[in-house]
Amino acid sequence: MSGQIPILTIGSTLLTTVHIELRDAVAEAFQGDVLLAIEKTGATGLVIDISGLDMVDSYVARIVAETGRMAKLMGTETVLVGMRPEVAATLVRMGYTMEGVRTALNLDSGLELLGHVVPKRKAR
Amino acid sequence: MAEEILANHAMKLETEDDIIAVRRRVKEIAEQRKFDTFAIAAITTATSELARNVIVHGRGGSASIDEISDGLRNGIRIAFVDHGPGIADVTRVMSGGYSTARSMGLGLSGSKRLVDAFELDTKAGQGTRVTVTKWKRF
Repeated sequence: MSGQIPILTIGSTLLTTVHIELRDAVAEAFQGDVLLAIEKTGATGLVIDISGLDMVDSYVARIVAETGRMAKLMGTETVLVGMRPEVAATLVRMGYTMEGVRTALNLDSGLELLGHVVPKRKAR
Repeated sequence: MAEEILANHAMKLETEDDIIAVRRRVKEIAEQRKFDTFAIAAITTATSELARNVIVHGRGGSASIDEISDGLRNGIRIAFVDHGPGIADVTRVMSGGYSTARSMGLGLSGSKRLVDAFELDTKAGQGTRVTVTKWKRF
């Protein structure tokens, strides 16, 4: 199940987009893949993009928050980006706040939050 | 006005893939019935939590999805049924602090907050039935 969720490197930041159903096996492999990528690249930041998810239940929320805490133990800051309005509303109504994970509206602000400034391409 | 069942879908809940199948079906129905995105997220998330409970705690069971109408508005009612050990301490589980290996104790208490009506019927050694209803907003 390893390798189902791609992990990209942008400078000292890892970017991963969760866009598929996180079945148990996929979730575990995802966490392992992220931690191995941190070790391999020495990344100081991790961005998890969940803009493709229209539903985040407590299981998925736990996997994401756990991944952030694991990365933290390796010295890597995690920012969760792209949470949809209905997902944010649902999680809070359920009583779940993504403790220990920083969040940003989108990828741009997420990278900014990590201090990773991507130069904007100038208009011709 | 009396409630009317417009359609029923009976689905099994035995594997992790069944959770996904039931959730997808509920989402399709909510979309067809033109629920708003917040209501769709709420009912699909509650479905996911309760379906997972059936498998993890109830050793499998079923979901029965009713498309209902009370004459004024449409709704979705889902009964999650298992024949597992039942819930010994309902008060503790519903308080939301009850944590197990695979969930954060939010399954039942969290789902209750996402729906318009919530019924829990459990008997030690006989199983659990959780019924939730979500109405479409005007």
